[in-house]
Amino acid sequence: MGMPLTSGAFAGAQKKTIKLAIVGCGGRGTGAASQALKADPDVQIVAMADAFQDRLDKSLNSLKANLELSEAQKKNIKVDKDSQFIGFDAHKKAIDMADVVILATPPGFRPYHLEYALSKNKHVFTEKPVATDAPGIRKVLELVKVANDKKLNVVVGLQRRYQTKYLELMKRVHGGEIGDITSGQVYWNSSGVWVRDRASLEKTHGKLTEMQYQMRNWYYFNWLCGDHILEQHIHNIDVMNWVKNDYPVKAQGMGGRGVRNGKDHGEIFDHHYVEYQYADGSIMNSQCRHQPNTWSNVAEYITGTKGRVDFKKGLMEGSDGNAIYEHRGKNDANPYQVEHDQLFAAIKNGEHINNLEYGAKSTLTALLGRFATYSGQEISWDQALNSNVQLMSPDMDWSSTPPIVPNADGSYPVPTPGVTEVL
Amino acid sequence: MLRIYLVMLLVCCFLSKTVAQNYDSMFVQDIAGTDLRFNMNFIPGGTTLIGSPDTEEKRTEDEGPQVEVNLEPFYMLETEVTWDLFELFLDKKKSALIDFEDEATKLGVDAISRPSQPYEDPTFGMGKNGYPAASMTQFSALNFCKWLTGVTGKFYRLPTEAEWEHACRAGSSSVYGFGDDVAQLDDYGWYYDNSDDAYHKTGQKKPNAWGLYDMHGNVAEWTLDQYQADYYTTLEKSISTPWRRPDMLHPRSVRGGSYDDDPEELRSANRIESSFNWKKRDPQIPKSYWWNTDSPFVGFRVITPAKELTQEEIQQFWSIVLDE
Repeated sequence: MGMPLTSGAFAGAQKKTIKLAIVGCGGRGTGAASQALKADPDVQIVAMADAFQDRLDKSLNSLKANLELSEAQKKNIKVDKDSQFIGFDAHKKAIDMADVVILATPPGFRPYHLEYALSKNKHVFTEKPVATDAPGIRKVLELVKVANDKKLNVVVGLQRRYQTKYLELMKRVHGGEIGDITSGQVYWNSSGVWVRDRASLEKTHGKLTEMQYQMRNWYYFNWLCGDHILEQHIHNIDVMNWVKNDYPVKAQGMGGRGVRNGKDHGEIFDHHYVEYQYADGSIMNSQCRHQPNTWSNVAEYITGTKGRVDFKKGLMEGSDGNAIYEHRGKNDANPYQVEHDQLFAAIKNGEHINNLEYGAKSTLTALLGRFATYSGQEISWDQALNSNVQLMSPDMDWSSTPPIVPNADGSYPVPTPGVTEVL
Repeated sequence: MLRIYLVMLLVCCFLSKTVAQNYDSMFVQDIAGTDLRFNMNFIPGGTTLIGSPDTEEKRTEDEGPQVEVNLEPFYMLETEVTWDLFELFLDKKKSALIDFEDEATKLGVDAISRPSQPYEDPTFGMGKNGYPAASMTQFSALNFCKWLTGVTGKFYRLPTEAEWEHACRAGSSSVYGFGDDVAQLDDYGWYYDNSDDAYHKTGQKKPNAWGLYDMHGNVAEWTLDQYQADYYTTLEKSISTPWRRPDMLHPRSVRGGSYDDDPEELRSANRIESSFNWKKRDPQIPKSYWWNTDSPFVGFRVITPAKELTQEEIQQFWSIVLDE
């Protein structure tokens, strides 16, 4: 240990650059990069990695043009040609250069990017979900311990866990203010997300291989995305798991492709309805839908023996209908920003955050739902966890054949309840 | 120095004081080919006082000093713009029904940029048909005005802050358009305690003296101005058609308060600043130019100057406000 009273031991001693690498430069990776720059003036982006140069360029340009960043923050974007990496192994080179990494690629890659980052002793901000198949989830569950043992911080982008409204309500739920929770309804019903159709992509980028096409239109392929029940609806499912401080023991459900069933819509469903059961017998009803002009709702509601909570409204009321707590959150902090503020504060102050366990288990909850809707069977938690169906392989590259390929007519094989084997 | 900001609003600027004209007390705007129509109420021009006195309860510094301004007459949409109308702009399938006078006009309107898909449902489940459009950015609202101008052949725009407050006051100098008694607010507006945390169908409460509904509450309303806290200190007495022309994305001025606000925010003089925070849950960069993820309490209404503008003036206006 150095002399405690020598110059520099106090003032200014903390002034140390925190080197950040961005792995996955889409809209979300770029958003997270911006939040990291705002979280701490010592953060410098030193490397960026993506499968595609044009995506990386766009990200870098957007960051530099971002009106929410100060000039000082923009100066901390230190990325030149030598620190831009492209392709399937780009993450390794970027991660090697950094102290902290943002993982925001399509989720299929996550277990292997996490494994690499933690093996190199990096702190991590990782987007959700953290895998798209059970082998991936088992990998991440192993990494929970690795991060703990090495005291590496891992924040998972389930931002409701960092949102004041949810924290205030959850404190009261866990304090027993509405009794034992017997059921919950969670929703992500919307009109859907982007589609990057093959024709438009080829107009811009020239003829694409099947692998290039799937990597660009990744939302519609399960090895990359996991289906929207994982990619989006995990947020709402995770709230119920958080309420219960537990995970379901089994699930059954139904789903399909009602309106979104074109060739550019890959293999994923446009709706899922799942009934999950927890060990104490309580139920979570989960709906997610991507269909334009239908009833939309992104929300979580729970009922307890003494009352209920509407998380969307921020309202807790007793069984008599009288309000117990109303949260007015208009001026609350941005939860996406809070994630980064806390991550970088923990790194600086030597604290330890590790969200990987609930990140992995809520991902598995969503995956259990997908297994139930694809197969039409009742599936247990343990069956889902131990499934050996592997969609993402860690040694994929541009020459690989994707795990799913189109039929002769250009459409993709779609899961059929009662027929499809998911385990 | 600040005078450079106080550019006369060219769209309302008339060099000669023309003979007093008689204007209709209202007109109905149809959208040909659709069953949509809306009422535009006459708002008299002249000298009017904006801002609140020091003595007004719950007022804030940015509402003073009170200042006398001169406004030209205009017509204002009697309600907030509804989703029915806004969706005609959003949805190409719906707008395909519109009858245009000629192909050139149609092509001109088709060339106007339209909003992208929002990240989340911008209604947040609060309702569509008959309900006020909300969650759009000011840029989105301005493009709507340009689109509506193209569709109807009549120049529509957002009101300036001064025009908005003048219309809200409807000749009154009290805290609210209807008087000072907050107990009456329930009859006139939707606010936090009576709204059940959602906007409501437009026009259900009592209108003000000039027939305008929901000026207090329901959704707050975009204006054409940059928000500047000390704006009124920069205004010369009797200035004509003041407009704090924006030179920054935020803050811009929003008026009227909303279903999510307490009564003091709904006061005629209250000024609200837009902020980047209104997109806080938009996780992507670049964030949407068209939609806010976190301002479901903001909508808008349109006005049209009573005296028609030339095509050149209209073009100049769009080029200024849309930075074209």
